[in-house]
Amino acid sequence: MAGFLARRLLNYVVLVGVAASLAYLLAAGALDPRSNYADRTPKPPPAVVDAQLTALNLNDKTPLLQRYATWASGVLHGDFGKTVTGSPVNEDLRRRMGVTFRLVILGLLFGSLLGVLVGAYAAVRQYGWFDRLSTGLSFVVLAVPVVVLANMLILAGAWANDNVFGRQVLLVSGEYSAGLETGFWGYALDRLQHLILPTISLSVGLVAIFSRYQRNMMLDVLGADFVRTARAKGLSRRKALTRHALRTALIPVATYFAFTFGSLLTGATFTEKIFGWHGLGEQLINSIFTNDVNTVAAISFLAAVAVLCAALASDLLHAALDPRVRA
Amino acid sequence: MTLSEEELAEELTGDLGRAPSRLRVVAGRFFRSPQGLVGFAVLALMFLLAFVGPLFSRWSYTDKDFTAFLQPPSAQHWFGTLQTGADVYAVTLRGMQKSLIVGLLAALVSTAVAAVVGAFSGYFLGWTDRALSWITDLLLVLPAFLILAIMSPLFGAGQWVLFVIMLALFLWMVTSKIVRGMTISLKEREYIQAARFMGVPPVRIIFRHVIPNLSSLLIVDATLNVSAAILTETSLSYFGFGIQPPDVSFGTLIADGSRTAVYAPWTFWFVAGLLVVTVLAVNLIGDALRDAFDPAARR
Amino acid sequence: MRPAANPVLEVSDLHVSFGDVRAVRGVSYSVSPGEVLGIVGESGSGKSVTSAAVMGLLPPSARVTGSVRLHGKELVGAPERELTRFRGKTVSMVFQDPLSALTPVYRVGDQIAEAVRVHQRVSKENAAVKAVELLELVGIPSPSERALAFPHEFSGGMRQRVMIAMAIANDPDVIICDEPTTALDVTIQAQVLEVLKKAQRETGAAIIMITHDLGVVAGFADRVLVMYAGRPVEVGDVDDIYYRMRMPYTAGLLASIPRVDRGGRQPLVPIAGNPPSPAALPPGCPFAPRCPLKIDACDEAEPPLFDVGVGHRAACIRWEVVRPEAPGRHAALEPVAPAVRGEQTVLEVDGLVKDFPLLKGALFKRRVGTVHAVAGVSFDIRRGETLGLVGESGSGKTTTLTQILELVPPQEGRVVVLGRDTARLDGAERTAVRRDMQVVFQDPMASLDPRMTVYDILAEPLRTHGQRRPARRVGELLALVGLDPAHAARYPQDFSGGQRQRIGIARALALEPRLLVLDEPVSALDVSIQAGVINLLGSLRDRLGLSYLFVAHDLAVVRYIADRVAVMYLGRIAEIGQVDAVYGAPAHPYTQALLSAIPLPDPARERVRERILLEGDLPSPAHPPTGCRFRTRCPKFRSVLTDDERALCVGVEPEVLPVADDQGAACHYAERLDVV
Repeated sequence: MAGFLARRLLNYVVLVGVAASLAYLLAAGALDPRSNYADRTPKPPPAVVDAQLTALNLNDKTPLLQRYATWASGVLHGDFGKTVTGSPVNEDLRRRMGVTFRLVILGLLFGSLLGVLVGAYAAVRQYGWFDRLSTGLSFVVLAVPVVVLANMLILAGAWANDNVFGRQVLLVSGEYSAGLETGFWGYALDRLQHLILPTISLSVGLVAIFSRYQRNMMLDVLGADFVRTARAKGLSRRKALTRHALRTALIPVATYFAFTFGSLLTGATFTEKIFGWHGLGEQLINSIFTNDVNTVAAISFLAAVAVLCAALASDLLHAALDPRVRA
Repeated sequence: MTLSEEELAEELTGDLGRAPSRLRVVAGRFFRSPQGLVGFAVLALMFLLAFVGPLFSRWSYTDKDFTAFLQPPSAQHWFGTLQTGADVYAVTLRGMQKSLIVGLLAALVSTAVAAVVGAFSGYFLGWTDRALSWITDLLLVLPAFLILAIMSPLFGAGQWVLFVIMLALFLWMVTSKIVRGMTISLKEREYIQAARFMGVPPVRIIFRHVIPNLSSLLIVDATLNVSAAILTETSLSYFGFGIQPPDVSFGTLIADGSRTAVYAPWTFWFVAGLLVVTVLAVNLIGDALRDAFDPAARR
Repeated sequence: MRPAANPVLEVSDLHVSFGDVRAVRGVSYSVSPGEVLGIVGESGSGKSVTSAAVMGLLPPSARVTGSVRLHGKELVGAPERELTRFRGKTVSMVFQDPLSALTPVYRVGDQIAEAVRVHQRVSKENAAVKAVELLELVGIPSPSERALAFPHEFSGGMRQRVMIAMAIANDPDVIICDEPTTALDVTIQAQVLEVLKKAQRETGAAIIMITHDLGVVAGFADRVLVMYAGRPVEVGDVDDIYYRMRMPYTAGLLASIPRVDRGGRQPLVPIAGNPPSPAALPPGCPFAPRCPLKIDACDEAEPPLFDVGVGHRAACIRWEVVRPEAPGRHAALEPVAPAVRGEQTVLEVDGLVKDFPLLKGALFKRRVGTVHAVAGVSFDIRRGETLGLVGESGSGKTTTLTQILELVPPQEGRVVVLGRDTARLDGAERTAVRRDMQVVFQDPMASLDPRMTVYDILAEPLRTHGQRRPARRVGELLALVGLDPAHAARYPQDFSGGQRQRIGIARALALEPRLLVLDEPVSALDVSIQAGVINLLGSLRDRLGLSYLFVAHDLAVVRYIADRVAVMYLGRIAEIGQVDAVYGAPAHPYTQALLSAIPLPDPARERVRERILLEGDLPSPAHPPTGCRFRTRCPKFRSVLTDDERALCVGVEPEVLPVADDQGAACHYAERLDVV
């Protein structure tokens, strides 16, 4: 067991290493930090630019492999280098990680729980009004990309603030209002107000995906022999469904979790950017525009780690739910 | 088949009337389901609109009407105009053409890759499988969006074919994993065993028995990949990482429109609406196809 | 034996329909306490739907009419709450597939305790204690430990015992058993039937035994109800049904079963045609299209059940002329001259060994040992000869077969196919051997590619081996196996199970092979169909001079088709020899137990037969016992041998040694014995 786990972790480490290296090489090859200096006024002399770029390990006159070696040895020591502005990448990302983490975890919890509940109920009442409604809605939701959804939510939020609440209830920009001095509760409320729409934007898609999947798994299980056995024992329909069917149908859904995590990260990127949250996703998009190779590579590294953690978590969850796997 | 066999086959079919072909059965089931019918009709309409619609407008997507900036819909400009004076109807249809083509091609390529990689790795197992699975895992770990975004400077004007290929490269992994799993179980099926013990070479078994028997999964998946590709394209283009100007697509239009949406709703809602309807139609078709292929799993 | 005055369960005129399809069309029966009613029918006869309807466990789309009375209380149309009160308490049920009938994520003990706690007000602890008691009652070794195990850690037979424990948890008045032993091996089936008998003694319940196996019912039931096309066609005391049947279907069914107690080569009598689809029933008597006694009047109206004797009713207007078709017991057993074995050897297997790594865990896979699937097997097949390779699941017969078919060098030992050693084959030779050795698989549904027409399926081997114009040969092949060549453009799913198996046989014959490997070719077919396929195989062998390696778990089928038989146990051959010698006087204790476990469709003989029951499950092939592999379950080792004699069994693995002319057994104390 231990040997197996070690081998698996080693494989993960290699995967992350290769993924981050690939991302670095691609970024260093495709992005052009030198162009950042082109439209500065006054135009800095080329020697100064070269010196600065070299200091940041971004000089395209240094061979790519040499830059990669410098970067990689830094990473092995836990240092992801400097941003184009010269500040350490580590610090910047540490601050932003918390923001993204909060958004992703909230979205995930909210999305998967609600999705599972909706899907399970829809399956039990197959072809009932709830089933039809949730199926229809999830189809519509799945057809709306996050970028459109986020913009729609902003428009809807603005409309609701004006016409329903009459004041700014749903806040659409940033994670908190700057310079607010209303004590703890006021502060918490403000955070909450900022949180509502981004969380919806991120989790609605998840709700739709999970509810479809859970519904299908549940329908598979509803006809299973062991549910019939449970009812033949004398369990009521509801008890047989919750104790035997739902519990068993959760197992494949738990493994499904790993697949959705990648798209969840992408969704978080868009949501952050559009709602003006200063998280990793926003930084990713900005850093591509500013040709910030080191930041791009560091974020890819984090994303790879996150995806593998999700895969591992989903395997562990699977093992926790299913004794056949644990054996 | 040689001629004499064809004749024989014809003779045989003639003898027993029309043997119900699988294709006809599936098509029948598909078009009997309201979902499939609606999805198909809407998608056909969208294609018609995208490729025939521009002929009815006197504005092309490059024209600018300098007498009308950011005007609401009118008889002149059916969907209104943008800030630049471009006709929203013309640019929207142009964007739709691009998005539909990109979506279809990317889905086709990615499903083909998924089928071949998954079937080979599932059939041969061993080192082939280990190598192919490792690549699949690697691509799953790399955030697709990020790689595409980094490479966006390469998709200059007119380079959209490269963009399609890159898009497809990041869509096939999950399908390929499913194909691999199904191939492993299919390999134990007796008709594959029979072919093996008959002496049919492995590659021919894959293309003659394995992939055709996964065709229902692959067709459904290709359909759903169309919508995934359209959505990814939209998101990338929204941030300026996809289709590059002067080409337009749903994504670039939505990005522009969202900025003016509050005071000029027509710049946003028409294109957003068409996008949602298109993807919805594709998804409905995919779902109806799944039911049509597998009537036992009606859900 | 008329039912006693106070029946526990009374079903009258029960109808079940799903949409337009009428699955059950008027079933009536009643059972009294302690009585066993057997319900017999082929797949699609509506026998399982009937029992689900009694339990109220049909999907909501089913429409149920008629009456089901439990202790006089009407159940059809009763509110759900009342139904849950009697389910599992007054009436309980044992299902067919023990693999899927238990919830995989809960411990076995908890699942039994749950059944207790649904109906009895007991604490969790007491329910757990009761669960352990029940497990002990159904014969599960070390029950208090096993109660903590999950279902996947149990073998099929043990799971079925758990199901029985659950069924008797609340001391029910009726136990409905829906094919309880169909998924089990024959020695395990014998054990489970014993457990059921014991459960009945403990609870005094009435048992409704639903099965397709006329042998199981013969020794177990008091009365039998035969169903066909959703209706009872004959009902009566078990002896009436087996010896004085008045319905041609019952007679045909009994005549078409291969029996382990009958030697010789007389062909079986298959029933013509296929069972009707419930969606498209013929007018009049549903059996008329297949009936040898059919007259015009049969098509006019569906015959009611006529009283044909005391407590004996049959649905046939010509019941007076129906006579048993089959010859009586042992009637055909005439002394057979010992067959002379052919000269030419087509297949020789010598000391074949095959190990597999034993992996554990689905998620965290790791190797925890080695499964010795085949541990030194030797046999040979001569030209024109059929060797039956029999054994229960886990005996290694399928691995042996795949090892031969793969044509790769074996791990250990030697495989010589048609004079060529597989260890020294190059590509071209391998292709040449493939031409001469073909295979027919078990499941006729799975062995034909559903996306190819029958024409393409039959043409594939021909094209693979370089024949450019297979058209004419395809036509010949279809005719050869008794199918209409005009059907070549159809797809496999347009054919019935028996017809599909004929297509599989035709494909195997396409290249005019010399050796045919048959992997359970009839076990997926209904009895009335399987007889036709067995007869076809027999006549093809004689006409084309084929040799067969016939792998099967059904010893009765093997007796019909094979010249010689090899019995496998845990990766080795226990006994091998001429069929009549092995069946008539088996020398190995395992063969004896195996043969004695097979129920005969003959109630009178079943009542007097002594069963040799084996204890426990097959040991894991990863850790086979030392010395003789069978000694852990061997009745002789347990009760006949002295301690000194046992030492040999523990220490030395027996080799197959001759005990008669063409009969050998791998037992230190082999002794020939008639057990059938």
